[in-house]
Amino acid sequence: MLRIDDRAKTRRTARPKGTRTPLARAEARNFYLFLSPWLIGLVVFTGGPILASVGISFTDWSLLSDPSFIGFDNYTRMFTDELLLSSVWVTLYFGVGATLASVAATFFIAILLNQKVRGVGIFRAIFYIPAVVAGVGTALLWTNLLHPDYGLVNLVLGWAGIQGPGWLTSTSWAIPGLIIMSVWGAGNTVVIYLAALQNVSVTLYEAATIDGAGWWGRTWHVTIPMMSPVIFFNMITGFIGSLQAYALILIMTDGGPENSTMVLGLYIYRQAFNYFDLGYASALSVGLFALILVITAIQFAAARRWVHYEAK
Amino acid sequence: MGTPRASSSGPAQSARVVRAQRRTAYVLLIAGAAVYLLPLLWMFSTSLKSSQDVLSFPPQFFPTSWLWQNYPEGWNTLPFGRFTVNTVLVTVLAVVGTLISCVLPAYAFARMRARSRGFLFALTLATMMIPGEVLLVPQFIMFSEAGLVNTLWPLFLPAWFGTAFYIFLLRQFFLTIPRELDDAARLDGASSLRILWSIILPLSKPPLVAVTVFAFVANWNNVIGPIVYLRSLDKYTLAVGLRLFQGQHATDYNHLMAVSMLTIIPIVVVFLLLQRAFIQGVALSGMGGR
Repeated sequence: MLRIDDRAKTRRTARPKGTRTPLARAEARNFYLFLSPWLIGLVVFTGGPILASVGISFTDWSLLSDPSFIGFDNYTRMFTDELLLSSVWVTLYFGVGATLASVAATFFIAILLNQKVRGVGIFRAIFYIPAVVAGVGTALLWTNLLHPDYGLVNLVLGWAGIQGPGWLTSTSWAIPGLIIMSVWGAGNTVVIYLAALQNVSVTLYEAATIDGAGWWGRTWHVTIPMMSPVIFFNMITGFIGSLQAYALILIMTDGGPENSTMVLGLYIYRQAFNYFDLGYASALSVGLFALILVITAIQFAAARRWVHYEAK
Repeated sequence: MGTPRASSSGPAQSARVVRAQRRTAYVLLIAGAAVYLLPLLWMFSTSLKSSQDVLSFPPQFFPTSWLWQNYPEGWNTLPFGRFTVNTVLVTVLAVVGTLISCVLPAYAFARMRARSRGFLFALTLATMMIPGEVLLVPQFIMFSEAGLVNTLWPLFLPAWFGTAFYIFLLRQFFLTIPRELDDAARLDGASSLRILWSIILPLSKPPLVAVTVFAFVANWNNVIGPIVYLRSLDKYTLAVGLRLFQGQHATDYNHLMAVSMLTIIPIVVVFLLLQRAFIQGVALSGMGGR
């Protein structure tokens, strides 16, 4: 086997560029064979649907009748759709709010967990469990927790002498309520941070200490710069993840009160499965995809200013 | 923080500073853990309350009497047994499909050379950016053309054709396994499939467990798929069953929480059993940021 391999190598150098040995060809054949489930998935369940979305977005289609081509009508309709405008705003408000709050809160927790405290495993599990159980059950739990009269959150606020707001029944407090829920469910970022924190070199802290840096100084000048690539990773994945929250929002508020929690995912869902306006729903999802690309591009551009990559 | 040493003012003082820091960290951690646990404890206590307790104002943390019968009562309101069978079926089929359809491509990306490998891998990473909403409508049309609406097929079939994130996770781990092991087996005449099965996979427990738990949790908790695709009660999963229950008994919080408790117990058990390997796997996924 090895001999053939060696011969193949020498032969490869002798061959003109572009042609390949039988062995390399066999390997390539194997590559596609092993990859085939994903190649099919890529075409049938991802690439195909995206192209189909673009196609359907130029039609008027209710699934009951045949689609009819209407050009850019669905796209021009977006500009006069006031609910869409407020929905984009709600999506950004929730997405940015939930991402920043989660990234900051879990960073703080991870720093505490990294203090070589005893029972780290137990704490880690406690912070992680909410993320694992997040589903309809916990969505219903949070509707109960955030209930203005019978909920735990306002009970605890009451102990501190604070009159709690109406949360999910209030147009201005519903999104903050949902953000609290998503911080509670963001435990996986704690685990990711913790793993990365353990890779930060101790000598950097020692050097900072010799230079007279205190706890804050070390956190600000060593931990945060060294952790910035991971913080950035959590921000990108966190924002895209926040868009998935529409399923739970559907159960908790169904977009209300007065559309104050109508995130884009929910709006698309409603156009498609309540109004059966598949053309408009598809145009909206193309728009959402574009929005995500723009926001990710902005994050990458901003990252150049604050993300620190160690020279390899 | 590593082991922060406090300056040149003597080992005695620095040890004291470290101890004080650790104490502060402990107090804050316990407070934080309490905040994270309280909602679940509230869920448990609500599940045992009477209907009056649930709507008492101001609310009480503990039930006046512990009504364990809330559990069978809630469970028997709707065919939750059927919902559980459907959920288990979908979850198991999806997890098995995910493992097979992600391990093979991950191995191909990690070990086999082909001209388009770099491009296909970049394409795989790019699809991780696509949110589910964008695919929902066309996938629904596809499954409804295929006559599979109101069956469980749309819920597990896509899992048999790979998931970009899991492929990425597995491939990253496979790359850390020394190639010499492959070469030695190949010398003995082992095929690629054989090497994958008897060398790579036994060394890859953490990412395999992580993918298993990720896929288990994602499918068990899947909300939007069942809502979109399932129409009749005998096809419902726990997620849509719970939603129906909420629709019928909106303020029946004690029974609602009792059934919700029952739906999260299997995930908590799976998580606690596989915790260590799982957390290792999650940590691995974060290495994408390094």
